Amino acid sequence: MTVEETRGSFGVEDENNDKFPVGMRVLAVDDDPTCLKLLEGLLRKCQYQVTTTSQARMAHMMLRENKNRFDLVISDVHMPDMDGFKLLELVGLEMDLPVIRNSDPKLVMKGVTHGACDYLVKPVRLEELRNIWQHVLRRKKFDSKSQNNSTTQDKAHQGSEGPAPTGNEDQNGKLNRKRKDEEEEGEDNGHENEDPSAQKKPRVVWSIELHRKFVAAVHQLGIEKAVPKRILDLMNVEGLTRENVASHLQKYRLYLKRISSVATQQANMVAILGGKDSSYVNIGSLDGLRDLQTLAGPGRLSNPAATSYPPSGMLNRLNSPAAVGLHTFTSSALIQPSHAQNLSNSIDTIGKFQLNSPAAVGLHTFTSSVLIQPSHAQNFSNSIDTIGKFQSVVSPANQNAYKLQENKCTSHIRDFNPIDDPKIFAAGNTFTDTRVVVGSSKNPLISAPSNQLMLRGNSQQTQTGGGFQSHYSLKMDSLNSEFFTVGVSGSANFLDQGRCTANLQSAFQSSQFPLNSLPLNESFNHDQLPPNSMRDNNSLVCPPIQNSPLYFSSTTTASAPLEDSRGEMQCQEGLVSDVTQNVNQALSQRWGGHKQDYTHNSNNIFSSFNSLAPANGVLAPSSQVMDLQNGVCNRKLDVSFVGQSNGVGSTLVQQSEVVRSTMDSTMRSNEDYFLEHTKLPGGVISNSYDSLDDLMNAMIKRGHDGTVLMDGEFGFDAYSFGSCM
Amino acid sequence: MERTQMHRQLANMRKSLFDQGYLDEQFIQLEELQDDANPNFVEEVVTLFYRDSARLIQSIDQALDKSTLDFTKLDGYMHQFKGSCSSIGAKKVKSECTQFKEYCKAGNGEGCKKTFQQVKKEYATLKKKLEAYFQFARQVGPVETACRPK
Repeated sequence: MTVEETRGSFGVEDENNDKFPVGMRVLAVDDDPTCLKLLEGLLRKCQYQVTTTSQARMAHMMLRENKNRFDLVISDVHMPDMDGFKLLELVGLEMDLPVIRNSDPKLVMKGVTHGACDYLVKPVRLEELRNIWQHVLRRKKFDSKSQNNSTTQDKAHQGSEGPAPTGNEDQNGKLNRKRKDEEEEGEDNGHENEDPSAQKKPRVVWSIELHRKFVAAVHQLGIEKAVPKRILDLMNVEGLTRENVASHLQKYRLYLKRISSVATQQANMVAILGGKDSSYVNIGSLDGLRDLQTLAGPGRLSNPAATSYPPSGMLNRLNSPAAVGLHTFTSSALIQPSHAQNLSNSIDTIGKFQLNSPAAVGLHTFTSSVLIQPSHAQNFSNSIDTIGKFQSVVSPANQNAYKLQENKCTSHIRDFNPIDDPKIFAAGNTFTDTRVVVGSSKNPLISAPSNQLMLRGNSQQTQTGGGFQSHYSLKMDSLNSEFFTVGVSGSANFLDQGRCTANLQSAFQSSQFPLNSLPLNESFNHDQLPPNSMRDNNSLVCPPIQNSPLYFSSTTTASAPLEDSRGEMQCQEGLVSDVTQNVNQALSQRWGGHKQDYTHNSNNIFSSFNSLAPANGVLAPSSQVMDLQNGVCNRKLDVSFVGQSNGVGSTLVQQSEVVRSTMDSTMRSNEDYFLEHTKLPGGVISNSYDSLDDLMNAMIKRGHDGTVLMDGEFGFDAYSFGSCM
Repeated sequence: MERTQMHRQLANMRKSLFDQGYLDEQFIQLEELQDDANPNFVEEVVTLFYRDSARLIQSIDQALDKSTLDFTKLDGYMHQFKGSCSSIGAKKVKSECTQFKEYCKAGNGEGCKKTFQQVKKEYATLKKKLEAYFQFARQVGPVETACRPK
């Protein structure tokens, strides 16, 4: 069971501390009535106030209604109606409550990365429960600490620590008691608890907007150099203290780390993260928030969207027995369009996405470490998610998780200068179907024109259908019409189909890329398409998609791009993912549509796609897309990338608002959609994007994995759906 | 006297359950939770367990009946079942469950089936014993609180 603690209840520490932990309100969630009853009994014995429910949804609802109602949540790992991890994330992220999971050893790690504070193994024992209040206390303290600037020495008592575990009875509440066993003191900044003046400051809730600003600020400063004070200044938000920022930054950093480490570890598809947890690719990070979303790894992103993304930055795991599993696309890329620029499509990441090759289920963790920091205000903040790592697992033989090396190329498209031409660089990691081309990222980050390209590391992989490549294309919205949509197309190449349709060229990333970035293509292409250079860059990376021939030619304009794109940078955007036809179609259409700006190139591309795309049926959406098109980058990308082969990728549809920069939409979408590449065969786009539902669904249709990319500026956060499965 | 006699008898019953390995420490935890506020806590939990796990057992049976076994699913069910067992301290049943899971992991269908028969057997045996125990305990009177077996 996971214990969640709500801090709220305790108000000022002083008051409640006395009684703490007695009376602590715990919500227990477990589908097994026996265990639930047992837990209830145990908790009652500890003199906590217990509320139980056997359904995660109900628990979630309860928590939502009143965040202050509970101090702690204990939940089980596997629950029928909602995945335990998902609940964990939701709770953890939204409400910042400590959650303790009840799980078995292997899943503990997973739980922890999802934000669980602690874990209990069944059967639960009384002694363990007696200790859980510490989490609450710790939280509270930390919270108040960050809120209160006072730096009282922590020693005072970390919270009513009182005598150790047996404390229940004795109300350890006394805050003043120094905690002997725990070294709570460790917390930085002294504990406020003691501080009588620590009147409870209102908790700072990191809303999406706020988070976005935060991310933008961080990117602007550079992740290494971001210090709370400066971030605070940059954010310029009233009422926010340095401590708040500091704690948030810490979480953020943890998150990033987690993402990258998770990516590397995901070798097994076992962990199919439920829901979003892994990888979401943030595409088009809006002011930065977007990225974060995906990134929000450790530190939970405030945005609820963040919750969607798997905290662990998980990679999508593609489990495709045959085909690719989910791609966890952890978009680690923070694309931060720091400047005002429109959307920075920060695609996060393509992060890690794991493609499971059918054969061995390789997980590809595609970690896009793209950090795109648009230095200038230029329009895009292309956040390129790093196409970087892609771990393409593809090797038919066994790839269980092999990681694609990140594409060297891509990954960072930084700074986009006010380029008119958005160059989207699709770092194409073209992977050949059968083999994993690792790191082929050639992506030459094109920066040729200063436009940053988004690299997409397309990793194709897959051979046997399993691989998906998530191709992320970052979308960058360039102010000018062009915006890159870097669609991170995590095109998970779903190779399942094996059809690799036309690869446009080698450039195409293998297997379908989910056109995540369809829009990217467009943006790039037309604009600028800087001559050749762009081409290359833009070149769509069309990985030979095995399955779905969807190719998105990201480079829209570059009419030739498809051709060009070969290897070079393929515009990710357009992702030429071969994605099964569906996507292609859809995308192409989209592009065609919107790209007004994009000139013919895009058209060309589309045509190419069309031809290519076996038209899985994606077309349907495409038509829709067309409507969207408005060429404007602002448009939202409806593009839903449908995961290649499996409709999975689709989530990208960020359609909404994005239009420009607001990643919000993406954010939302992120949540919803993951770029899931998952399963091709099943077309499981499990990542249902609620937001995009209509659009996406249409688009996504299982058939096409292509995700619809919204042209819009935003980079959709492609979430890797990890949970697709 | 009689009462004491009965108490002693009850205590012996209980002790034998432990000695024979039917129950373990967890059961004691349950007993500890039983108090005036929850006088029948243990029995309630056990009853709940039997009710809920009957369903699980059925699912497993069905899953085992298929021509091709889905080990993942079986493992999942068994995991749940095992969790429940351990919550009440059903030691023997739990160990059979562990064995079952091993077979699942190995993909050994036959092994699974055989083990599951064992599981069911232990499960039924324990149920009977516990029922007898509770019944007797009720007779003896609510005051009786089991004392820890030495």
